[in-house]
Amino acid sequence: MSELLQNLIDGLGRGSIYALLALGVAVVFGIMHLLNFAHGELITIPGYVTFWAFNNGWNWWSVIPLIVVVSILSSLLIERIAFSRVRGSKDFTMLLTSFGVHFIVSAGFLLYVSASVKPIPRPDWFAKTVAVGGLRIEIFDLVVIAVTIVVLAGTTWLLQRTMFGLALRAAADDFDTARLMGVNSNSVIRGAFALSGFLAGIAAVFWIMREGQVTPTAGINPMLQGVLAALIGGLGSLRGAVLGGFVLGLAEVLLRSWLPLGIQNLTTGFVFVMIALLFIFRPGGLLSVPQVERV
Amino acid sequence: MLEVSGLTTKYGAISALRDADLTIREGEVVGLIGPNGAGKTTLLGSIAGLIPVDSGKITFSGADITSLAPEKILRAGLALVPEHRRIFSDMTVEENLKIGGVTRNASERATLLEEMADLFPVLRDKWETAAGYMSGGEAQQLAIARALMSKPKLIMMDEPSLGLAPILVDLVFDLIDTLRTQGRTILVVEQNATRMLRAADRAYVLRSGEVVASGTGSELLERSDLFDTFVGR
Repeated sequence: MSELLQNLIDGLGRGSIYALLALGVAVVFGIMHLLNFAHGELITIPGYVTFWAFNNGWNWWSVIPLIVVVSILSSLLIERIAFSRVRGSKDFTMLLTSFGVHFIVSAGFLLYVSASVKPIPRPDWFAKTVAVGGLRIEIFDLVVIAVTIVVLAGTTWLLQRTMFGLALRAAADDFDTARLMGVNSNSVIRGAFALSGFLAGIAAVFWIMREGQVTPTAGINPMLQGVLAALIGGLGSLRGAVLGGFVLGLAEVLLRSWLPLGIQNLTTGFVFVMIALLFIFRPGGLLSVPQVERV
Repeated sequence: MLEVSGLTTKYGAISALRDADLTIREGEVVGLIGPNGAGKTTLLGSIAGLIPVDSGKITFSGADITSLAPEKILRAGLALVPEHRRIFSDMTVEENLKIGGVTRNASERATLLEEMADLFPVLRDKWETAAGYMSGGEAQQLAIARALMSKPKLIMMDEPSLGLAPILVDLVFDLIDTLRTQGRTILVVEQNATRMLRAADRAYVLRSGEVVASGTGSELLERSDLFDTFVGR
């Protein structure tokens, strides 16, 4: 029982980061049908900035806002340089463009920084645990879960209660009609990328802390987890993306603990099999957005 | 107020609209009628900036608005109630209206929301309901109210009575009358030609992408040569 609880908390901690990444993927997909395979660069780029900052005497308290700001700016810059040029193109064109961005960014770090692993010091509370009942819970997991709850609540407020949020939802539902109402297409798309960058920035803080290093390809895993979680939840559904993140995090942790010792390193494979099964039974994901023709 | 001259819009090699001219003066209710595929929706879409124009000129209140982005045309004071209403079905009635007033400041938007709730009592009753759950008649009223939220100088409606029960068609025409008495300028595309001609100050008849006739409603109702165009109503 206590092992299960321990795993649940561990899974929620992981799932929180996935949920933040997936929500960012879903926000952008919702508004312009771009499945952003460059989403992981919003972790790679601030990762290198973090490495630079620590070499110049910064500490975690000052680095955290730096990571978030760099992630938002990177998201806006990538939109400006790459995605704004393929707006309204076929989904596949945009998908390939995002692949291109990913390869260019990682090749840039490979060529102009280094291929080697750059270490980043973890905060001193990182490995500490607290004892609750019979459980030993990592403080890191608790912090991740708490921050994610606050960020998700704030995002919900933004989407439900502000005019920007309404415009974003309207544009995601029917872009042309939103423009007919006066919603500015540039602002709403840039706003979506800024929000996506902010969510990725929060995830980046935790991802970089946990990894304790950065490499040119550091963005691949978080990108995959974010895109997968968004797909599991049902692309286009923001609630689904968050749910998908938590499901993916829990599935990883629980499978690792339940699988027999010899095949534990096949966890990822099993996760993919489960996702394949999900798509056989629910091709649109958990909370698929019904694709009804509106008349 | 609105001046369309020599407007041509093509889909590939096919011209959906050929050299169309149209004028609307302030305070007028103007009908646009014609058979299916005549180019009525294309004309409204071209004016609203949704459909790219091949040639011709559209001026509104003296300013050239040809090929501007839809959001800029809306800001110039021209609103379109699109075909099939296209309300945001996951959003509540109130949220749909707020989006309609996205170009207005918060206090003005609050006043306009009150106005719409008074003008459309059925919307007040469903204020917090997701718009997707509304009936066709309610959704049409929401679509019109949403467009009015931008305080347009000219409101264009594309087939507002399409798919509605006869009693609701009456309601739509009553509404057009109410809006007329408020001094609003309206351009309405209608399949219900005779009805539209009775309601409108003037009308244009479109056939195969060309304006084939125009005049006051009663003039056009007299024209037996246009009978084919009206048939099926």
